[in-house]
Amino acid sequence: MKLNTNSNAYIIIYSAVMVVIVAFLLAFVYQALKPMQDANVALDVKKQILYSLNIRNLDGAEAEAKYAEVVKTEKEDHSQKVYECQIDGKNIVVVSLKGMGLWGGISGYLAVDEEGKVFGAYFNHEGETAGLGAEIKDSQEWQEKFIGKKIWDEQGNVVLSVVKKVDNPESQVDCVTGATLTSNGVDAMLKDGLKGLKK
Amino acid sequence: MALFSKQNKEVFTNPLNVDHPILGQVLGICSALAVTSQLKPAIVMGLAVTVITAFSNTIISIIRNTIPNRIRIVVQLVVVAALVTIVSQILKAFAYDVSVQLSVYVGLIITNCILMGRLEAFAMQNKPWPSFLDGVGNGLGYAMILVIVGAVRELLGRGSLLGFQIIPDACYDFGYVNNGMMTMPAMALILVGCVIWVHRAYFYKEK
Repeated sequence: MKLNTNSNAYIIIYSAVMVVIVAFLLAFVYQALKPMQDANVALDVKKQILYSLNIRNLDGAEAEAKYAEVVKTEKEDHSQKVYECQIDGKNIVVVSLKGMGLWGGISGYLAVDEEGKVFGAYFNHEGETAGLGAEIKDSQEWQEKFIGKKIWDEQGNVVLSVVKKVDNPESQVDCVTGATLTSNGVDAMLKDGLKGLKK
Repeated sequence: MALFSKQNKEVFTNPLNVDHPILGQVLGICSALAVTSQLKPAIVMGLAVTVITAFSNTIISIIRNTIPNRIRIVVQLVVVAALVTIVSQILKAFAYDVSVQLSVYVGLIITNCILMGRLEAFAMQNKPWPSFLDGVGNGLGYAMILVIVGAVRELLGRGSLLGFQIIPDACYDFGYVNNGMMTMPAMALILVGCVIWVHRAYFYKEK
């Protein structure tokens, strides 16, 4: 008997069976790979924190070891994470930052030294334009411009900023060419994430 | 039937030249523009698309006689979507850096016209083995363009290939500057145009 593949009953049963098979397959793959993916994400966070401490170019295992050596405590305060680290005998605090870029979320880690100056910075993004906004993540050179900048004034206001024209090199960083909106996002993220943190 | 009969060989080599998905049929351009600013994501993307075209072609070809004609596109989409999701999960587990770089474009393979085109035009009418070859051929054809465009863009835009610096520091000292334009998507379009031009002028063979 030849099956009528165009009958309604056949179509409904066919699609139902297909969906169930695919659902089980995907659920299985997801469950099987989840531990490895979580490990990758956790490692990525650790690497980003190390980047902000100017420790770059480590592979997975080295980064784990270095992280365990450098980062002493980890605190969470109003969904903002603060890591206390020790490098060469100096106490450095790494602050996690979250903000909005042009196309999606941006995030970053800013390392602050004992004098309240920037020790190092690392930024990440979800979907900024490659070659323009994405430079906040890709350009190490740009991230290094933050090093040594003053973060707070005497009253505790955030003076560290990203601007188009640098008038005050003590606390201002030149923005990324062609990525004004992303740079403004970084500026707002710094203002928002660092206010009230001055010790 | 021999595995590599003349007919099967044509099935495999046609998409690399005459029926090339990008050069001949100008399909799948969008992702070709998006992921080619550097060589490494371009290679991974090419491989991912090759794997997905090959297996979706094979699967659809195996079940082609059972697929109800009225919902065939839906069935094709479900198969492609499932495969793409699996590939994206595997990338996240084993090549996290690259999956971050490719971001949404792995998911967007689902909408790559090459896939649907091959499923509808080839896998629905042919046996599994030729369909598999057709999928690999089309995927490789696509990957080839991604690699060419990715290499040119990374070399001229960043002075490196696969992240290693190629253009020596001495050139920069003499005033050589990386071409920022090359990192923009618009240059990918122009480069694809140039590749099509060269292909038409020197390599295109009439059937």
